[in-house]
Amino acid sequence: MPIPSPFHSVTSPLCKSNEWREWSGYLAAVTYQHTHEREYFAIRNSAALIDVSPLFKYDLRGPQAGELVSRIVTRDVSKCRLGQILYTPWCDDDGKVIDDGTVWKLAPDRFRITAADPSLRWFQDCGYRLEVEVEDVSDRVAAVALQGPSSREILRQAAGAEDLDTLRYYHLTEGEIGGAPVVITRTGYTGDLGYEIWLDPSEAGSVWRRLMAAGADYGLLPAGLAALDLARLEAGLLLIEVDYISSLKALTETRKSSPLELGLGWAVALSAANFVGRRALLHEARVGSTWSLVGLAVDWSELDRLFGRHDLPPQVAGRASRLAAPVYRRGRQIGQATSMGFSPLLKRFIALASLERQHAVVGSLVELEMTVDYQRERVPARIVPKPFYDPPHKREGARARPSADPTG
Amino acid sequence: MSGEHDVIVVGAGHNGLVAAAYLARAGLDVLVLERRPVIGGAAVTEEVYPGFRYSVFSYVVSILRPEIIQDLELPRHGLTLLPLPSTLTPLPNGDRLFRDDDHYRTLREIARHSGRDAEAYEEYGRAMYFMAKAVKPILGLAPPDPTSLNPMELLRLARLARELLGIGGQNLHTFLKLMTMSAADFLDEWFDTEALKATMSASGIIGTFLGPRSPGTAYVLLHHYMGEIDGVFRAWGFAKGGTGSVSGAIARAAEAFGAAVETDSPVAQVLVKAGKAVGVALENGSEHRARAVISSLDPRRTFTELIDSDLLPEELVADLQRFRLNGSSGKVNLALDAAPEFACWPRAGPHLRGAISISPSIGYLERAYDDAKYGGFSSRPYIDIVIPSMIDPGMAPPGKHVMSCFVQYASYHLSEGSWTERKQAFGDAVIDTLSEYIPNLKQILLHRQVLTPLDIEEMTGLTEGNIFQGELGLSQLFFLRPAPGYARYRTPIRQYYQCGSGTHPGGGITGAPGRLAALQVLKDWGRLRI
Repeated sequence: MPIPSPFHSVTSPLCKSNEWREWSGYLAAVTYQHTHEREYFAIRNSAALIDVSPLFKYDLRGPQAGELVSRIVTRDVSKCRLGQILYTPWCDDDGKVIDDGTVWKLAPDRFRITAADPSLRWFQDCGYRLEVEVEDVSDRVAAVALQGPSSREILRQAAGAEDLDTLRYYHLTEGEIGGAPVVITRTGYTGDLGYEIWLDPSEAGSVWRRLMAAGADYGLLPAGLAALDLARLEAGLLLIEVDYISSLKALTETRKSSPLELGLGWAVALSAANFVGRRALLHEARVGSTWSLVGLAVDWSELDRLFGRHDLPPQVAGRASRLAAPVYRRGRQIGQATSMGFSPLLKRFIALASLERQHAVVGSLVELEMTVDYQRERVPARIVPKPFYDPPHKREGARARPSADPTG
Repeated sequence: MSGEHDVIVVGAGHNGLVAAAYLARAGLDVLVLERRPVIGGAAVTEEVYPGFRYSVFSYVVSILRPEIIQDLELPRHGLTLLPLPSTLTPLPNGDRLFRDDDHYRTLREIARHSGRDAEAYEEYGRAMYFMAKAVKPILGLAPPDPTSLNPMELLRLARLARELLGIGGQNLHTFLKLMTMSAADFLDEWFDTEALKATMSASGIIGTFLGPRSPGTAYVLLHHYMGEIDGVFRAWGFAKGGTGSVSGAIARAAEAFGAAVETDSPVAQVLVKAGKAVGVALENGSEHRARAVISSLDPRRTFTELIDSDLLPEELVADLQRFRLNGSSGKVNLALDAAPEFACWPRAGPHLRGAISISPSIGYLERAYDDAKYGGFSSRPYIDIVIPSMIDPGMAPPGKHVMSCFVQYASYHLSEGSWTERKQAFGDAVIDTLSEYIPNLKQILLHRQVLTPLDIEEMTGLTEGNIFQGELGLSQLFFLRPAPGYARYRTPIRQYYQCGSGTHPGGGITGAPGRLAALQVLKDWGRLRI
């Protein structure tokens, strides 16, 4: 039975749809209203508030904390500055992805890692013989994401923090909201301008109310997982157990994926310290990966034609789907699409798909299976670059101020 | 004189820009010349009052074609279409009718007025789906010529006929009614609730100089449903940043394909040599040469102002004289210090994020028409309202709002006085009408911009202020738009084309005429690749 998150007392009266889902053992709103549509557009057009407390959080402290992080994750942590955050996957010895999340450098001897799955045992095991303590702080830290183009403006109204205007993409700062101390990270799972706010669970209700009040004139809405799922698909962001399976959970070898196969090669610093899985990934980089995760896009005219053959108008709108579908080329299956949906913004049907690497060429045409009128059909889909949607304001600084290079 | 271009497009309205983008995309050297200092024509966003951004004229995106959004990659160039999911009809007695995308809530709301209507509402939607489905192929097609004996033309006509007849017996009867009846009579067959019928019929009269009881208005109801058929596509909506951002995105796409857009460049005339367009002359006397010229202006300007009508066949000139271009509407844009409070629904709510229609009954709309019929304007007009700042907070300072009011009827030709004299009285009629439904309106009013049909004509160049470049009546659609024999974007002058809303399939922010015209040019030049 899922348990309430620290925000439940404020989110449950707002959840008019009464539609909840389990997320890592917590109750999470799927939509607040009868459809996710307004919540989705709030993310893209104004701002949305999303309870992300069910994420797992770990604090790593000690003189060798940096070494442990370098050992766990595939990024080059030695280049991470204080207050900087890295998105990263981490792997097993075979170079297969266990999970992905963020690493924060809070002090030279203090890091935090956020994860989708419980990771205490793995992190502790990696720290064998290192002078570092790993602590699971998941229950002690509540988190809420404020995402969307108006989020900076709203946060400026609600929070006391000195450097909000200059806070760069994937960096953090400390401050307060209504007197409650908070950590503000410029991160998120929407591919838009946005922040995540980390706080003591006992302050959850008051921080939520304060943010909602500050956002009233900026179109701020609470958003559920259905809206978030569509936004993350447009942003080309992966979801564990949907787009890939943790190597600690996969029942067969073929279900495991390397970060190179997931399109995360940019987050694998092969020349960096000796992280877990490095040797296997060096080998894979030399001989080539088996799979490649790509973006697929289906044009409206193709959908029109496909459904038209059944005398129906295209029926693809709604929530993103997590039911995998086969992808073909010249009659042979070459992979599968794992997340897909109609992008209300791009007006295209988009999908994340893992294809045999030799077919994963941007611009080429493949066929995606779709069920229309109870019949399996194939619709032409083009391989396109990810992310599907990448607005400049995601990384840009506040307007009317000189913008620094956000990635560092 | 500057060097020769492949194509010059006259007017940077959204259709002109769409045509330019498609031609540039095909590799042609395209120059767009715009008279005003801003691009967009009737699709512009301007900060008329400091801090408040008005979609000055056109205020919603109707059926912007999916293929255009994709071919021109408009989202990448900044286009974000936001849904406009509801319609509120406030009633003078303090009651209301509210419909939105919450299906059962809408049915319960209609049932509050009439239980029968709630059930009819679903059946009506289904019937209109079949109607729209039958007519939809026409929208994406250059009209065939029914008088031609060319086998290709006959084949295309036969295909359309098959599509139409394929909808089946009962639907065919409905279709014939739709083509011949008035919106009011047609809706009477389905519904009892006045507010429902009136609000639905309003989509049949927008931009026409006809009342809901005028025959032929039923067909225009369908134009509304054309968007519904691509329901997922959310074809109806509001563009983030106002309608000017639609023009902006299309212009950026055109420029990305290599087209040049020049503002403050009024074209005085199209240069014609031996029956062939060879360029344009600007009002300042300079000339630009091109292998072809496309006019996005309305048919009257395209045929009788940009070129010498002596060059045209008598019959065409006569047809164009008869082309109905009467302006029938005005626009009032308001800056508000706070959110408007409706008597029927005080305080904030979902109703403020959708369309709001002042159309309490068919009788009300017909009386509004009566006021204007003989050269006046409605003392109690039909008003279609949206509050863009409720949907896109960037349109006004935080907590403040802009309100866009489309107002019908206002005759371009006044029987008494001039529009310059009567403009403020027209604005007052709108404010007084609105105040009956929004008691706090006068207290929160910061600024009003009143636009009469004459203002619309002077500012956008639309003759008589007709927002669709010619009424969307049956006699002016498809192969009759703008004139028989010239519905295929060509003109009697070789290499002189037309691409405005005055051509098929007509007005609204659809981009369809611009795209079809560009495809016609490319086809004529043997440059079309599909």
